[in-house]
Amino acid sequence: MSLELLADKLSSSFILFENELNGETKTDLHRIRRESMEHFEKLGFPSMRHEDWKYTNLKPILKYDYRVFHKGDQSLDFSDIKKYFIHDIDTYKIVFVNGIFSSWLSETTHQGYDICTFSAALCRHRDTIDGYFGKAADASSSMVALNTAFAQEGAFIRVAKGMSVVKPIEIIHFTTEDAGSLLNQPRNLIVLEEGSDVQIIERHQSLGSNPVFTNAVSEIFVNANASLELYRVQNDSNSASIVDHTSVQQHRDSRVRTAVFSFGGKLVRNDLNFAFLGENAEAHLDGLTLLNNGQHVDHHTKVDHRVPHCNSFEMYKGIYDGNSKGVFNGQIMVRPHAQKTNAFQQNNNIILGEKASVDTKPQLEIFADDVKCSHGCTVGQLDDEAMFYLRSRGIPEHEAKALLLYAIGDEVIEKVRLKELRTRLHKLMAKKLNVDFQMEI
Amino acid sequence: MLYIKNLHASIEDNKILKGINLEVKPGEVHAIMGPNGSGKSTLSSIIAGRDEYEITEGSIEFENEDISSLTPEERAHAGIFLSFQYPVEIPGVSLTNFIKTSMNETRKAKGLEPYPAKDLLKRMRDCLELLDMDKGFLSRSLNEGFSGGEKKRNEIFQMALLEPKLAILDETDSGLDIDALRIVASGVNKLRSPEKSFVLITHYQRLLNYIEPDFVHVLYDGKIVRSGGKELAHQLESKGYDWIKQELAEV
Repeated sequence: MSLELLADKLSSSFILFENELNGETKTDLHRIRRESMEHFEKLGFPSMRHEDWKYTNLKPILKYDYRVFHKGDQSLDFSDIKKYFIHDIDTYKIVFVNGIFSSWLSETTHQGYDICTFSAALCRHRDTIDGYFGKAADASSSMVALNTAFAQEGAFIRVAKGMSVVKPIEIIHFTTEDAGSLLNQPRNLIVLEEGSDVQIIERHQSLGSNPVFTNAVSEIFVNANASLELYRVQNDSNSASIVDHTSVQQHRDSRVRTAVFSFGGKLVRNDLNFAFLGENAEAHLDGLTLLNNGQHVDHHTKVDHRVPHCNSFEMYKGIYDGNSKGVFNGQIMVRPHAQKTNAFQQNNNIILGEKASVDTKPQLEIFADDVKCSHGCTVGQLDDEAMFYLRSRGIPEHEAKALLLYAIGDEVIEKVRLKELRTRLHKLMAKKLNVDFQMEI
Repeated sequence: MLYIKNLHASIEDNKILKGINLEVKPGEVHAIMGPNGSGKSTLSSIIAGRDEYEITEGSIEFENEDISSLTPEERAHAGIFLSFQYPVEIPGVSLTNFIKTSMNETRKAKGLEPYPAKDLLKRMRDCLELLDMDKGFLSRSLNEGFSGGEKKRNEIFQMALLEPKLAILDETDSGLDIDALRIVASGVNKLRSPEKSFVLITHYQRLLNYIEPDFVHVLYDGKIVRSGGKELAHQLESKGYDWIKQELAEV
C-alpha cells in the first residue's frame, strides 16, 4: 500500500467516523476535528524533506493497510500480561486492548480525582474537554492533526485542586495478534489543578507479530504549584512503531519530571514540547535509549521559556548497537523577557555497533541576556582506558563493558522516583545488555 | 616469578622497548627508574596486558608460563596487579560494587564461590584502615572527583584486597605529598611477604626511602642499561640521569 492510498483511506474513514457521531458533529470539539482533518489532508504525512523529519523516514511504516477502526471483542488474561504492569504495588490502571478500553483489566476512579477514558470524559467532563482539548498540542504538525481528527479514545486524568493521587497510574495499550495491522491513535488529556500531584507510567505493548502503528498525542496541563511525574517505557516488539507527541504546559511553581526509556520498537519518534507559562516552574526531561539491530529512535524536544525564573534540565543518553540509529534534536527557546532562566541540556551517546549511528543537534535560541544556558552533545565509544582499568582488576571484557554501559544508563534510571519501576528498568537494561548483575550500582 | 627475556615492543611502528631482560623472584622488590619517555609505563602496561602494544620479540613469563597471549583479566586472575599512574575515573560505578565485581570475578576464575557479603565488607574495612581511608569512599563513584592522593591510595587499597602475587606500582609516588606518600608506603610495606613481589616504577629516589628495594634498574631508551642495589638510586638522585647518558655515549 502506498502512502497516498493510506492517506485516502484515512479521509474516507473520517467520513465514516463522522457518520457515527450523530449530534456531536455540531460541537466545538468536532469543529476542531474537522479542521484538523483538512489540515492533515493538505499536509499529508511528513517526509524527510521536512527539517523536523530529516533523519526519520516514516515511509516504511506507512506501507501497510492498517485498520483504522477497532473491534472490541478482545479479551486478555491478566496472568499473561501481568509482567507489563508494576504488579507488586497497587496502581490505578487505564488499559486498552487494540484501542478499545478494557474495563476488565482497568482500575479507574472518580473519587477525589478522575482517572478514566477520554471517551467517558466526552460525556462526563465536557467542560474540561472544551477548556483544554487542542490547546497545547502543536496544531501545525500533520501527525498531531491526524490524531486530533480521530480523537475519541485515550486516557483522561484530572486531579482536583490540592489532591494527591494516592497510587501511581498506569496507562497501557495492548495490541494482539488477531487484530491484524492496526493504526492506533490514542489521545490523552491530563489536567493537574492547583497544588495537586500524580505519578503516571505509560507504555505500548504489541503482543502479536503484525505491524502496529501508534500515532499518539498527549496534552498535559500542570497548573500552579502542581507536580507531575511521567515515565514512559518503550520496549515494544520489532513490528511495532510509535510516533508520540506530548505537549506540557506549566504554570507558576509547578514541577514536572518526564523520563522516557526507549529500549525497543521498530521506529520510535518522540516529540516532547514544554512551555513555561508561569514563573518559578521547573522541568526535568530525561531519556535513556538502548538499541540494537533494526531499531530507530528519534527524540525531538522543545523547551519554551516564555516567562522569567524557570528552570529546565534535560539529560538524554543513548547506547547504540548493531545497525541501530538514533536522533536527538533538542530545542531550547528563551524568549526576550524570560530573564533568570536556567536551561541545561545534555545528550551523550555511545556507539557500539559498527553500523550504528546517531545524529544529534542542540538548538538554542536565546533572546534574553540574563540567563544560564548550556548544552553538551557527545558521540563516542567506550573508553579504552576505562576498559583496561576494569579488566586489569580481573573483570572480564563482557562484564567490564556492561558495567560501564550500566553505569551510563543508571544515571538516568536513578532519577525515577518510583522504586518498583527503577527495579524493572534495571532488569530490562541488564537483559538488553545481556548481563546478569546482582547489584545495585 | 616474573621472567622477561629480550622483550621488544612497539606501538604504531614506534619501537618503545628494545630488549628488556628482567627477573623478579618471590619476595623481591625491584625499582625501575629512568627519565621520561624511556619506556617505564609501556613496560608496566605490557606486563598487565594492554593490547595496543605489540610484542615484536622476546617473551614474558609469569610463574613459568608465557603470559603474552593472556587477556588483562586472565593476568589479574593469575595474580598480577598494576597500580595505574593515572587511575581512571568511572562515574556511576560505586567503589563497593566495583570491588565486589572485581573480587568475585577473580574468585570465579579460580573456581571459588563468591565472597560472603559480610566477610567482604569486613575485609574492605580492614584495608581502608590500613590506608587511613574513610569508609565514605566505598559509596563514592570509582575515582570520580578523587584527589591525586586519594586515587593512589585507592589503588593500594585495591591491591591490599586482591592480594596479588606480583604488584607493579607505576609512579604511585608521583603527585603525592609527603603524608600521603608515607601512608601509601607503609601500606605497601605491610603487604610485603616472602611470597609477594613488587616492581616499583618511579622517577624519584624519594619513594625508595620508604620502600626499600632489593634491586634498582635504570631504564633508558627501551633498555635496562644498569642494575644494582639501592645505592644506585642514591647515585641517580645526586648525579641525575645525564651521568648515565654520558657513560653510554662514551661506550
